Parts: sequence; C-alpha cells; structure tokens
Amino acid sequence: MSNELFFKTATELASLLEAKKVSSTELMQAVVARTKAVDPKIKAFNSYDEADALAQARAADERRARGTSLGVLDGIPVGMKDVIAVNGQPLTASSKMLANFVSPYDSTVTVKLKQAGAIPWGRLNLDEFAMGSSTENSAFHTTSNPYDLDRVAGGSSGGSAASVAAGETIVSLGSDTGGSIRQPAALCNVVGLKPTYGLVSRYGLIAFASSLDQIGPFARSVPDAAALLQAIVGQDPKDSTSVQTDVPNYVAELEKRKGPWRLGIPKEYFSDGLDPEVGAAVQAAIDFYRKQGCEIKEVSLPHTEYGVGVYYIIATAECSSNLARYDGIRYGHRAEGAKDIVDLYFKSRAEGFGPETKRRVILGTYVLSSGYYDAYYLRAQKVRTLIRQDFLNAYRDVDAILTPTSPTPAFKKGEKAANPLAMYLSDIYTIGVNLAGLPGMSIPCGFSKTGLPIGLQIIGQPFKEAEMLAIARAYERAHDWSARHPQL
Amino acid sequence: MSSPHDLNIDHVANLARIALTAEEKAKFSTQIEDVLRHIVKLKEVDVSKVEPTAHAFPIYNVWAADVPAPALPVEQALKNAPAQRDHMISVPPVVE
Repeated sequence: MSNELFFKTATELASLLEAKKVSSTELMQAVVARTKAVDPKIKAFNSYDEADALAQARAADERRARGTSLGVLDGIPVGMKDVIAVNGQPLTASSKMLANFVSPYDSTVTVKLKQAGAIPWGRLNLDEFAMGSSTENSAFHTTSNPYDLDRVAGGSSGGSAASVAAGETIVSLGSDTGGSIRQPAALCNVVGLKPTYGLVSRYGLIAFASSLDQIGPFARSVPDAAALLQAIVGQDPKDSTSVQTDVPNYVAELEKRKGPWRLGIPKEYFSDGLDPEVGAAVQAAIDFYRKQGCEIKEVSLPHTEYGVGVYYIIATAECSSNLARYDGIRYGHRAEGAKDIVDLYFKSRAEGFGPETKRRVILGTYVLSSGYYDAYYLRAQKVRTLIRQDFLNAYRDVDAILTPTSPTPAFKKGEKAANPLAMYLSDIYTIGVNLAGLPGMSIPCGFSKTGLPIGLQIIGQPFKEAEMLAIARAYERAHDWSARHPQL
Repeated sequence: MSSPHDLNIDHVANLARIALTAEEKAKFSTQIEDVLRHIVKLKEVDVSKVEPTAHAFPIYNVWAADVPAPALPVEQALKNAPAQRDHMISVPPVVE
C-alpha cells in the first residue's frame, strides 16, 4: 500500500474514509496538490475546477458524518475524459470547435457517479474528438507518458490513463471506439476496461462512431475498475442502443470466481510487428495462467488482418455523419466574415477542426459517397460480420481470449504523427473487440528493459464482464506491477 | 472495389463542407490514398453470402412513450450559441 493518499486505490480509501482515518476533503486536497505539482509535466488535464471538487468533497464528508454515505465511491474523485458531459463544466473534445463550450447538462454516467457520491474531477485531455492513439491530435497539448515524458501516454483517452498513473486522480472514465481505453491503459501501467457495447449509456458522450463507442473505467487495480464499472452500467431510456441485462455485483464476483478458465490465444495476434519484449511479457502472463491450472488453447481469428481496414471505413463513415452537427450555427466555433450560410459551414469547419478530424471526415464522406457506398461501407459491414463471427466461434471453446493490448510500448512523441496509417496500425489488437461489440480490458503485465509499461488484453464474452474481471484479478493477485509508480 | 485514385478531394471536401487549403488538399490526398491502399485488402474477402453488421447486437424499434417531460430552459439551450437574439439563433442570410 502506498503511503501517499493520491496513490491509494479507491478500495483502500473507502475503508480509510469509513473508519474516519481520512476525510474526503483531505483526499481531494491531496489530489489537487498532486495535480498542481505534476500536471505541468504530464498535461493530462485540459482544465479542472478545484472549488467545485472541494465543495463536493465537503458534501461527501457531511454525508458520512450523518451516517448517510452513498457507498464505496462516495467522496472519491473520478477524472473525466473531456468528451463526457458534466453540467456547468467545459466540454471541449480537445477541439478548437468546442473550446468555449460549457455543458448545459449531465451525461448519464455523470448522473450515476453523482448518485454514488463520486466527485467528477477535471476535464482530461484526448485526441480531438477521440480520434487518435497518442493525444497528439489534441488541439491544446500532448499528454506525456508518466513513465517517460518524451513518450506518448497513448490515446485517445491519454489524459484519463496518465492522470490515474501519475496520482492526479484515483480513478477516471474514458471512452473506447477502437482501443482508446485499453491502449493508453497499457502504455501507462493502469487497468482500463471497455464494456460490452450497450452495457453503459452513451447519453452525454460526444459521439465519434456511434456503433463502436463505449464509456469505461481506468483504475490502479481490478477491484477499483469493477467498482467504477458497477456505478455506471445500466439500460438508459436516453440511449436506445443501451441494453437491458442482469448486472451482477462485479466486486463480489471477483472473489467468488476462481477459475480455472479455458483461455484462447489467437495466433494472428502474435505475428509480425509485435515488439519482442511485449511478446515475452504477454507470454509470461499466459504461462502464469497455465500454472494456475487454466487450459490454454490456440484459437484462430482469421479475419484479424482486415480489422484495421473495416474499422477505418466504419468509424470514419460514422464520424463524418456525427460531426456534421458542427456547422457553426447552434453551438461551437463560428467563423467571422462568412458571406452566406454555406460559406459559414465551410469556414467554421475549416477553422474549428484539426488535421486528423478533417482527414477522417473526408475519408468517411468518401466511403459513403454515391458510387462508393457498396464498395466500401457495405463491404466493410459484411467483413465486420465475419470478424464478429470469428470471436463467437472461438468462444465455443474458450471462456476468454488473451492478447497483447498494443504491439509496442509507448512510442516517442512525433514518431507516428506524420504517418496516419502507421498510427492506425497501432490499434490492430484492440479494434476487433469494438467491431464485435465485446468487452475487453488491459491490465499491467510488466515493463520493458527501459522501464516502459506493457499491457495484457483480456477479451471477454458479451456481457460477461464479471468473468473477465475475475480472470484479470487472478493475475493481479500474484503480481504487483501496479505498485510501481512513475518517478516524477 | 474501385481504385484509390478515384479520390477527388475537391468533390469530397465539398460534400463534407470543409474548406481546404491547397496544401491540405495535397497532403490529405496522399495520406488518404495510403489508407485506401490498405483498405483495398478487403476486396480479397468473399462476402457474397454475408449479411452486413450495423450494430454488434441486434436492437430493433426502440420506442419511447410520447409524453411531455421537462427539457432545458431556452436560456440554457442557447447558452452555447455563437450569436442569438430574442431567444433565437441568428445566422447570416440564407436566401438572397
């Protein structure tokens, strides 16, 4: 257990708060002080509202004093990716387009966090509109990897991952469209979980690719991720794609489910392009499970090589449609000096969107345009069916699938910024999970020789997050990678 | 699937309503063609007997009861409007 409050887990803090050994105000003050001390280096935050967070911490303390505590997350700060609406707080998507936007309402996950007493804390940096793998596409700044400031924190939820790793919050929320929770979690030595599509409401999440987007937790332990997931799940009338499903008690299930499990290793995920140190760390994790009595089986996901292509058709098509709303009329950036309304659209979008956003809107517009729809978009949707079928076939023989999360540890800032395709290929192991709608998580599984974190991806079956979390916890109980904090 | 070189950046940028500089046009054309060359791989897959997937889990016809409910007050709803007058968003001329 770390001595510093800001490095404790929510689970540890809940007992300290319950025993009145620490107050939520003290915790929030420690987190604010830590953020002020290290964020000039990390740049995880776009902004934060210290007064609001401390007021909420005092309210949590008052509830505890009255004996009306709202549970384990009461008084715990939860960092918020700057695409998740919090009433009265900025909501920028790290874009010039929304640089001055203040949310007039709460997202459903924010409502649920507040009901649990958690403190939505700060606005965390991302690649503009969640498009990218490094936060280098943020219009404001690039988030640094806490383990090596010259390297990226991953993306798009780089701020959510780095803030948890650096002790600038206890847990956080991000969103994952093609790996945007799992990849930065792997690069920053934290736990990151993308739920099954439909488990968590997307109401109040700025839309990127609506058939792929999900909100999920970042944490420094599996039980913390389970507790935060518990707080945000549930069918929501405001999101018609959210699903009615039985929700178990994820935290309690962690201790009940001990395996042994049948775990699948997809051979396509261990081929060219996998960094040898990442491969070795993941292999060591697989060996651990085998020693625990799990049955390790090779499985095949034969359409893996088409994942990136399918993803960059479907995601850009959906993004071109979703981002049509930014027209300079009702909200967002409006260009000066437009001669008529159509000119206003052209200029506002040219000024408000950054290069990657423009590139993706244009690619998405192209694949949907007359004469190309069948060749690109429809074909991609069909290959998507095959990718999903690959996973469902594999799940006839195994309970979950183990893979590397990212082919490499954190790369240097600028290394891939000029080559979009190289950046896109860094999502190769995470994209299939979104296309198939499956739950997936990344947990720390080692470090490279130069001290860069490595992540193990666990891919679960639809709506079986409890099983996936228990598999993760079995590994975590025997390894203490999370205890290795960055030196800042 | 057609050749990536069919990409007419002027036409597509016009559809997307984004004004691009000459420099952006040149750069994006090259970068997008790189991506399209990768995407051409999908042509290898036999999809003749495959149904498309729009969403991972089939959900059809989600209905909500048509009952009035509280909504954002006008002031709140217009708070982020770039220009407004008398509870309306003001815009440049739409027709001559």
